[in-house]
Amino acid sequence: MRSRSACSRGWVSRRTFSLSHPADLLVPFSSLQEVKSFLEARNIPYSIIMEDVQKLLDEEQKNMTKSRRERSTSTFDFGSYHTMEEIFSWMDTLVENHPDLVSKLQIGQSFEDRPLYVLKFSTGGSNRSAIWLDTGTHSREWITQAIGVWTANKIAEEYGQDPSITAILDSMDIFFEVIANPDGFAFTHSSNRLWRKTRSLNPGSHCIGVDPNRNWDAGFGGSGSSSKPCSEIYRGPYPHSEKEVKAIVDFILSHGNVKSVISIHSYSQMLLFPYGYKRAPAPHHQELNELAKKAVSDLAAVYGTKYTYGSVADTIYLADGTTIDWAYLNGVKYSFTFELRDTGHYGFLLPNTQIIPTATETWPALVDIMVHVLEHPY
Amino acid sequence: MELPLSHFPARRAAALAAAYICYRTGGPGLGLRLRDLRAARREDLDDVGHKYSLELVLEDILDRDTTVNCTAEVLYHLGNKNLAPAVQFTLEGDLKNTDEADNVFYNQIKSLEKELVAENIPDSHGTISPGLEPIHLLGWVASGYVIWQNSTENTHFHLAQIKGVKQVKRNDEYLEFDYMILLHEMVSQDIIPWQLTVLWHPQHGVQVTGDSQQPTHQPE
Repeated sequence: MRSRSACSRGWVSRRTFSLSHPADLLVPFSSLQEVKSFLEARNIPYSIIMEDVQKLLDEEQKNMTKSRRERSTSTFDFGSYHTMEEIFSWMDTLVENHPDLVSKLQIGQSFEDRPLYVLKFSTGGSNRSAIWLDTGTHSREWITQAIGVWTANKIAEEYGQDPSITAILDSMDIFFEVIANPDGFAFTHSSNRLWRKTRSLNPGSHCIGVDPNRNWDAGFGGSGSSSKPCSEIYRGPYPHSEKEVKAIVDFILSHGNVKSVISIHSYSQMLLFPYGYKRAPAPHHQELNELAKKAVSDLAAVYGTKYTYGSVADTIYLADGTTIDWAYLNGVKYSFTFELRDTGHYGFLLPNTQIIPTATETWPALVDIMVHVLEHPY
Repeated sequence: MELPLSHFPARRAAALAAAYICYRTGGPGLGLRLRDLRAARREDLDDVGHKYSLELVLEDILDRDTTVNCTAEVLYHLGNKNLAPAVQFTLEGDLKNTDEADNVFYNQIKSLEKELVAENIPDSHGTISPGLEPIHLLGWVASGYVIWQNSTENTHFHLAQIKGVKQVKRNDEYLEFDYMILLHEMVSQDIIPWQLTVLWHPQHGVQVTGDSQQPTHQPE
């Protein structure tokens, strides 16, 4: 007997069936009544074996995705350099694996419309005091995004295990922007490994990009930055012209309760604090200096890696319009910049074999700062 | 006057001294780099320039446990900015003998059927294949020359990458390589391409016989 094709997706083929061979029909909901009537009218016995196939397919898809991500968490190689897509995918895994601790926010979009994602670590409360961390502001500093991933993972793992991290997260939140310059990062993968700036267009110039660490409204426009679009330290047409910078400014100002900003860069092996835009010491110079001294000492204790420390202007160069000067001038006392490994041997092209050692040694220094912030509320 | 060791003026002078020393002592089997700055003093000489006296510790790039102490004097000339800083140095003790490694490298290159060509040393992930380490070191040493010649108190150069290297055929016993290097200048944060012609011979050492700064390429 011929069976009419009951669905457009065609499990059913036009062929002859015999009574001793059952046939399965996949029937779209809209045709269900029609098919039942047809079968009943011809005394063809039928039974429903699956009520809703779509639901089962959805369930299966979800399970497949979950196990792919689970597999990728335990196999995520923290000791390699990853693409942006891999890092974004890993972020989702982290959130899935720590749903009560980690969530992902989007604070804006880059010039080329890439998402600016921030991982939020929080055990609850309402607008708790917070610590801000960022890596990847300068896209060529690949060690920073790489340790960003490791460190975010470490924070999630250590809550409930390490007394310091547990104490910190029991009263404070941590916000972590791992890829602060996604357009630049994509460009370092696709075209120029040594790209530093954003990828915004500069009207009237063939040169692209603004230095996202000279674009902040803190001593903007001084000798520690450039007015030329072709310069690697081009400050931009005006403060916060860059969407990547504005997003953080808006986030921190509207949050209103950020107590520390730690911006991670490479290279030079330094731990720096304000000011960069002028030589005069910041009001909290002594306290920041003491804290930096302790942090670099604990860093050195891991593998012997030597860091210097001090204000940006004294230690490295005059730099205006920087992240940490802006934060400090806006009331965020504990503002630090790390310049990670090395001191120039590999520079930006730090071998991936140094990712985990760098992350491992930097961890106690970060914890020192965060603990100090916790213990010195203001 | 004594200079704070963590502040950039002393650090820039130390980096320059190390680059010069590396150029004068190095080769495919030995490259020195700055490990530590122990002491720094500055003297301002009227009508002459700024003189830095430094105590440095240098390390062997190939064997970081091997260090050598060194004193150096760097004079940045006032006035003529085209004059390279004058550097004098004294090493404590002897550097390792690289005769064997030098001869191995020399014979390897001499016996190549086609002239050596390589690029991106290190690559994006910081990897240098072991066979290319002598070429990398030779480039590192030669970059010391360019860094020395172009340094001022307001610059701090490092070799960012060897973008490309091509061996140039010669009829005499010297080896010649045409390097395209990328220098990273820390104060401006510029990446500056520089072409170098490098001669080397096991007995005669490294010589940069030509160099020219290339236009900074701003890819769109």
